[in-house]
Amino acid sequence: MTDRYETLAARIDARFGEQVSRIASSCRELTYEVDKDDLIAVATALRNEADFGFEMLMDVCGVDYLNYGDDEWTTNSATGTGFSRGVQRESVILDEADEFDGNRFAVVYHLLSIQNNVRMRLRVFTGTGNPPIVKSVVDIWNGANWFEREAFDLYGILFEGHPDLRRILTDYGFIGHPFRKDFPIMGNVEVSYDDEQGRVVYKPVSIEPRTLVPRVIRDDNRYSADLKDATDG
Amino acid sequence: MAEIQSYTMNFGPQHPAAHGVLRLVLEIEGETIQKADPHVGLLHRGTEKLAETKPFNQSIGYMDRLDYVSMMCNEHGYVMAIEKLLGIEVPERAQYIRVMFDEVTRILNHLMWLGAHGLDIGAMTMFLYCFREREDLMDLYEAVSGTRMHATYYRPGGVYRDLPDSMPKYQESKFRNKKELDRMNSVREGTMLDFIEDFTNRFPACVDEYETLLTDNRIWKQRTVNIAVVSPERAMQLGFSGPMLRGSGVAWDLRKKQPYDVYDRMDFDIPIGVNGDCYDRYLVRVEEMRQSNRIIKQCVDWLRDNPGPVIAEDHKITPPTRVEMKDDMESLIHHFKLFTEGYCVPEGEAYAAVEHPKGEFGVYIVSDGANKPYRVKIRAPGFAHLSAMSEMVEGHMLADVVAVIGTQDIVFGEVDR
Repeated sequence: MTDRYETLAARIDARFGEQVSRIASSCRELTYEVDKDDLIAVATALRNEADFGFEMLMDVCGVDYLNYGDDEWTTNSATGTGFSRGVQRESVILDEADEFDGNRFAVVYHLLSIQNNVRMRLRVFTGTGNPPIVKSVVDIWNGANWFEREAFDLYGILFEGHPDLRRILTDYGFIGHPFRKDFPIMGNVEVSYDDEQGRVVYKPVSIEPRTLVPRVIRDDNRYSADLKDATDG
Repeated sequence: MAEIQSYTMNFGPQHPAAHGVLRLVLEIEGETIQKADPHVGLLHRGTEKLAETKPFNQSIGYMDRLDYVSMMCNEHGYVMAIEKLLGIEVPERAQYIRVMFDEVTRILNHLMWLGAHGLDIGAMTMFLYCFREREDLMDLYEAVSGTRMHATYYRPGGVYRDLPDSMPKYQESKFRNKKELDRMNSVREGTMLDFIEDFTNRFPACVDEYETLLTDNRIWKQRTVNIAVVSPERAMQLGFSGPMLRGSGVAWDLRKKQPYDVYDRMDFDIPIGVNGDCYDRYLVRVEEMRQSNRIIKQCVDWLRDNPGPVIAEDHKITPPTRVEMKDDMESLIHHFKLFTEGYCVPEGEAYAAVEHPKGEFGVYIVSDGANKPYRVKIRAPGFAHLSAMSEMVEGHMLADVVAVIGTQDIVFGEVDR
């Protein structure tokens, strides 16, 4: 990592102390995790204080960590049944739970400082509440408006203080939040034209889910930290 | 009789000046816009969600379909994010090819923009002129990848194949005589690099032609000067990037400030505007075409003298050649595994941004170590620009809405994803 980034990291650590915690990155990027209650204070300081000068917010996005690290196909031993397309699926459960896992939904902010020519990333977990809520940063960076609407539309994350939190990408009258991991890839309804009624009607989907390539996670010692250190040093 | 003070008007989603499927709900008083509420999402295909269900390489083709007038730049952002996570090196020649095609793409995009923007606000000829040059660049796409638009040419680790030794030629047809055919094919006799070089020599004169038609044109200036002025502070606050930011006078270009591939070896200038109006953004984009032309020239010179591999030789990630695959068991296994299962990407997250013709195109990938991305987020420049629509058209006339849509260079493939 370049010195510029290390300098910035040192400044952030000194300025915010306990409020932020740094996440290690394998590709020279600066990621900090912020508690959702501290978000506004940290974001305001990052924008306004000359040491940081992050005058631009490039991106806000939601992430759903529901199946993080789960594969669909166990590959530890050799198998006699060969390549199986029959991936076991669990039936879809709509979010009626009162609480989510605290680490399920996160909002990720990508910041850019033009004056210092650095980038950084902030990650905020939304906690256990249903629906997930974080504070809106629209007042700090006005460009966040549509990005937050998008995260609301696709993940159902509410942004407190947003001036106009409406759906943006999905259809008028859409039900559900399609990018959540428990929302099926083919959706819940399909539309077709009904000759008798003379209008377009919604019906439950008739197609079946199918996995062409199963999701696998393979142990690859090329990427393991111990080996890297051995070859580097 | 009651006097109507203000009313709401619907614009689009099927309107020729809406550049695709934009629906605008306008609040108008007389003919003055008070507020614009863009309704987007009519072209939403869930690209990001689809990418989560496919091995990494199978989504490259989807990237072309985001901003479908600057295809290879989208691919570039996506493969750069994967390369960052994998930590692989791209061969030098591949980097030059990418830079060259990024700039070809920039010209493609700006020509499309100039033609359509001109057509929208009353300059019919521009469209025909621009598409004449666009045709040559489309042929480059075709020669190198086999398709004229959706190339899928960039791959993690390099590009799919080296530049071809010949250009496809026009066929005989009853619609053109022998003389015309020979004239059209005369520049296609040599290699692809010869053809590109010939193009770079011709192109500055073409840009002069466009400028003769527009730059001092009274009608053009009436439609663009002092329309939708954005101050540099507002531009940054609203998350603008690319020509929209530079048009407001902020000298920010990722190719210079955070260079990727071999942009740091290129000699080119960054044009910036002064007033931040539609006219300045027009001037910035026109100058960018000239600068792109310069970059392409430098790439052609380098590529001529430096043959070499165009894709990394790590066959855990890039496929082996056909010959190797037929000869060698190990290569056959690599090939089979790559095209059925793909490769696993180490756990982590990466954000890669490229200077796309429209602005900063960023791809954020979260990987949990699987052969498919866990989350892909595409940061489309047009999305941020369109969100400022209301602010930009406020107080202007209805006809200026069209000029603003044009100046933002909106393409719905990327806005809606």
